[in-house]
Amino acid sequence: MATEVEKIVFAGADDRDLTKLAEYEAVGGYEALAKARAMAPQDVTEELITSELRGRGGAFFPTGRKWSFVPSKDQIPKPHYLVVNADESEPGSFKDNEIISRVPHRFIEGCLITAHAIDSKHVFVYIRGEYSGPYEILVNALEEIPKDVLGGVTIVVHRGAGAYICGEETGLLSSLEGKKGWPKIKPPFPAIKGAFGQPTIVNNVETIAAVPHIINRGAAWFAGLGTKTQGGTRLYSVSGHVVKPGVVEAPVSVTLRSLIYDHCGGIPDGRRLKAVVPGGSSAPILTADEIDVSMDADGLKAAGTMIGSAGVIVMDETVSIPEALMVVARFYAHESCGQCTPCRESTGWIYKMSHRIVEGKGRKEDLDTILDVAKRGAGTTICAFYDGAVGPYVSYIEKFREEFEALIPRDA
Amino acid sequence: MSLYEAIQEVRSIYPEDSESAVLPALRLAQEEHGWLSPEVIREVADALEVTPAFVKSIASYYDQFHLAPVGEHLVEVCTNVSCAVVGAQQVVEAFEGGLGCHAGETSADGKVTLRTVECLGGCGWATIVAIDSHYRTHVKASDVPAIVEELTGGD
Repeated sequence: MATEVEKIVFAGADDRDLTKLAEYEAVGGYEALAKARAMAPQDVTEELITSELRGRGGAFFPTGRKWSFVPSKDQIPKPHYLVVNADESEPGSFKDNEIISRVPHRFIEGCLITAHAIDSKHVFVYIRGEYSGPYEILVNALEEIPKDVLGGVTIVVHRGAGAYICGEETGLLSSLEGKKGWPKIKPPFPAIKGAFGQPTIVNNVETIAAVPHIINRGAAWFAGLGTKTQGGTRLYSVSGHVVKPGVVEAPVSVTLRSLIYDHCGGIPDGRRLKAVVPGGSSAPILTADEIDVSMDADGLKAAGTMIGSAGVIVMDETVSIPEALMVVARFYAHESCGQCTPCRESTGWIYKMSHRIVEGKGRKEDLDTILDVAKRGAGTTICAFYDGAVGPYVSYIEKFREEFEALIPRDA
Repeated sequence: MSLYEAIQEVRSIYPEDSESAVLPALRLAQEEHGWLSPEVIREVADALEVTPAFVKSIASYYDQFHLAPVGEHLVEVCTNVSCAVVGAQQVVEAFEGGLGCHAGETSADGKVTLRTVECLGGCGWATIVAIDSHYRTHVKASDVPAIVEELTGGD
């Protein structure tokens, strides 16, 4: 059976329509905000540091520590910004969609508490352009909020227009500033020089949604729910070949096997598991006999992969891994922003090679060429996009090489 | 409210001297005109007090902006990995058959533009098909004829 876990992010959402302000207030909504505003901003940040909340967008950075990097208004008196990354575009990840759609007020409350902690009056929520449903829910929720709850903070919902790279925090800031979504070289980090050149904190939706609970029930409680390295629960987006796909709130240390078989009902129609991508499409793939692994960052790192945005893509025995690689390679080729040569060129050529392999027109040297090109480019670009593409390129081929070789003509 | 006025309103939301309003302005223009012709790009540029070349550089970077005419309805099928493993390609082919055009094209009667898109962020409810930006979930190839009828019916 699935380990019973107290729902944190979705607390109350199974019984009530928490998109409505009155319903959210009935379950204690906005009480954490009042509590936080009675605290000094640095005390709120301290509480977050103690909670061991880590960034849920994929980079896993300790949230409270990030907030502590924002210089005080004495040092930099200009506006400070909170920018929330709701550009969820990692294939396999759909948790932020669900958070905004089901608990928009909890998310807004988290934004307002965070704004208080970093002494900001300006919040931008950058939501991907395709999320028109969640956008409407969020805007409706914002319209319901009384002025005194906002406390002089403006929350602008800024819609993207279709570009995966805008989920990368500096690419997102470029896009918010009205430019192409081109990532920027760090340093300077956004906490010092971010949106419009001012101190800016960029946090993921799921990270922000955890904040009200930490203030309400205390950092020690939140830290106690997790492991040594991270507090709280985690939202796993589970898709592909499971009986019950969806967003699962479970312990940060749940095993991949338990997620698939206990929480999501296993593989449909008695078919066999073949492979799992544990952390969104950029995470290296695991074979069916590698799923007895803890989903915390350390467990997956030891297994040679990563938790990323916790998008779990389950593939049964009907899936052709070379075809899956072609689909993933097409995605990276399409979404490369084009700034850095290794990424722009390699993603395009690797897609072409993966495509011809699937068409039965591959050449003997193609697999080694892909591996060579992939590994050479890693770490040579402005942002982590290309490193993310290398994860699937290398792992799909190294773990399922025979399946690729079977498609390449012997005389090629 | 005219497009010009709507763009001025959206500009006032963002810090002065920023070009942040360009994405919302292009969205407003596209909602009004259906697609972003050179004339519409110029209109947006004038309202934002920037060059048409700058506006076009932004419009051409983002997938959701149309630089060529599209049909009355836009059908977008996610073909990324979570949808692909449960049959997105068959859904695309069913639409191609039903509409008589390939992905990337508009049906002969001008009613429906069909295209494939990368992940729409609805992986647990695959296959996702966005019809005029609204998600249909769990779409199977067998559901497609009814959707085509809904979009093209009445003839």
